[in-house]
Amino acid sequence: MKRIALSTLLIAVLAACSSTPMKEAAPVKVEDKSPKAAAPAPTAPQAAPATQASAGETNPLKDPKNILSKRSVYFDLDEYVVRDEFKPMVQAHARYLTQNASAHMTVQGNTDERGSREYNLALGQRRADAVKKAMTILGAGDKQIETVSFGEEKAKCTQSEEFCWSQNRRADIVYQGD
Amino acid sequence: MKAIRLFAFLLVLLGLGQAQAQLNIEIIGGAGKQFPIAIVPFRNENTLPLSVSQVVRDDLARSGVFRMVDTTGVSPLPSEPSEINYPDWRSRAADAIVIGAVRPVANGRLEISFRVMDALKQTQVTALSVTKSTAELRAAAHQIADAIYEALTGAKGVFSTRIVYVVKQGRRYDLQVSDADGFGAQTVLSSNEPLMSPTWSPDGTHVAYVSFENKRPIVVTQNLSTGTRRVVAQFRGNNSAPTWSPDGKSLAVALSRDSISQLYLLSASGGEPVRLTNSGSIDTEPIFSPDGKWIAFVSDRGGSPQIYRIPVTGGDAQRLTFNGSYNVSPDWSADGKNITFIQRESGKFRVAILELDTNQTQVLTDSSLDESPSFAPNGRLIMYATQVGGRGVLAVVSADGRWKYRLTNSVTGDIREPAWGPLPKN
Repeated sequence: MKRIALSTLLIAVLAACSSTPMKEAAPVKVEDKSPKAAAPAPTAPQAAPATQASAGETNPLKDPKNILSKRSVYFDLDEYVVRDEFKPMVQAHARYLTQNASAHMTVQGNTDERGSREYNLALGQRRADAVKKAMTILGAGDKQIETVSFGEEKAKCTQSEEFCWSQNRRADIVYQGD
Repeated sequence: MKAIRLFAFLLVLLGLGQAQAQLNIEIIGGAGKQFPIAIVPFRNENTLPLSVSQVVRDDLARSGVFRMVDTTGVSPLPSEPSEINYPDWRSRAADAIVIGAVRPVANGRLEISFRVMDALKQTQVTALSVTKSTAELRAAAHQIADAIYEALTGAKGVFSTRIVYVVKQGRRYDLQVSDADGFGAQTVLSSNEPLMSPTWSPDGTHVAYVSFENKRPIVVTQNLSTGTRRVVAQFRGNNSAPTWSPDGKSLAVALSRDSISQLYLLSASGGEPVRLTNSGSIDTEPIFSPDGKWIAFVSDRGGSPQIYRIPVTGGDAQRLTFNGSYNVSPDWSADGKNITFIQRESGKFRVAILELDTNQTQVLTDSSLDESPSFAPNGRLIMYATQVGGRGVLAVVSADGRWKYRLTNSVTGDIREPAWGPLPKN
């Protein structure tokens, strides 16, 4: 549900497509933003200057131009190592957490549908834990990050083929209040 | 490996492989040796709402051990030993003949009596009578099939057993219990969040499973007759992979409350878990040995998921699987001699069996997305989940890999995670 709501939101934001650069670490409290408040986001290119911290549209977590709007880390088959290409994104989220002590996130680990459901549950946990560890090493608080595994139970992509499997080998970052 | 112990005086013929669809059972194949048996329609059974002899026939045929000898054209149909025309049955190549009769007894109940006759020696192998109500005719037929199977093979029949499995339809998950042949399915729990890993208590009165009803996996036990549910593990993190000890007093589970998934033991009524493994690697899918002394489980401590065993009292783990990079989901046969599991080979996930004494592994299936193998309580058959046409179905393979059938019952949606229940208590 949350994920669907989020993607709908991102599509809405993308459609509005602001060209204004955002500050990565705008001092916005996540919990002040309900999805409803954030949804209308930038309706015009100039509507969201980076300095305008009071308005909902400055939330860096929701800005498609901001790396913080990227929330998925993808993994290789059987693996739970965060690949290099996802490190800048993970680092950005770690920085956001260190700069926003009241921010909290859940990292949800997922796997593809094949093999043991129970092993996949444990593997999804390892993936979520790997993302958390990468962030706590960079200074994010242990208590700011909760991890959960859905194993193969909540597949985003349901075709039985490699493309889908690669999409489902994934950890998603979900902020409290998303 | 698992040769059927047939009586020495009976001829063993090469089966022709049965292909006819029987009710909800689709027999995929098999060859191997099958025992030719004639099940004569029982006297007076045409007055019943159900043909008892046909259910017996279906049961025995589904086991893969027997080949049904055609009874058409036999007149009169014998129901007493003195009425059997042995030369005729020998010309039909029957090695055994089952005859029986139904008669009403007190309180509207029915007495079904039957005999198994040796067609060569012309002697009685076994005889029994079963008294049931009209509503219990299927159960009576399964009990008769069990008696015939045991008399002719020496192994317990599993026709009166039940199975539990998960059906996913759209966003709904149903936990269902049915007879081993897929009949009489009953939904014992429905949820809009995933249900996983159902397993039986040794006495067949309870199931344990994993539920995401609180948005993360917890372990629940449920009394099948009262429906009473008890949450036995809902610690921080994942609570999963429940399995009962053979004495029914404790459960082994996988918990991630202290680190990543590790094995713990807890009382079947809940309480504080006792940590069993401390590996720093994934440990999950525990299963007790039938003598209760060992727990087999899956661990990636060697770099890939493999099956290990550890004493229930703790200690060093011993690796059991060595072929390939992915061996998961162990189940232990009731005689303790074999472990069935899923082996990945070239991207295909198949049911395999490991003979512990010899360390021999045999892959039993040729499909590609098999999961959750579960031994029948007599160790002769293994039920598992597989995919046919993109849909999850249940299938069965014999422990020697020669016999296969599928349960294609009328349920729509994905059927998954079968667990074969224990033998009923008599």
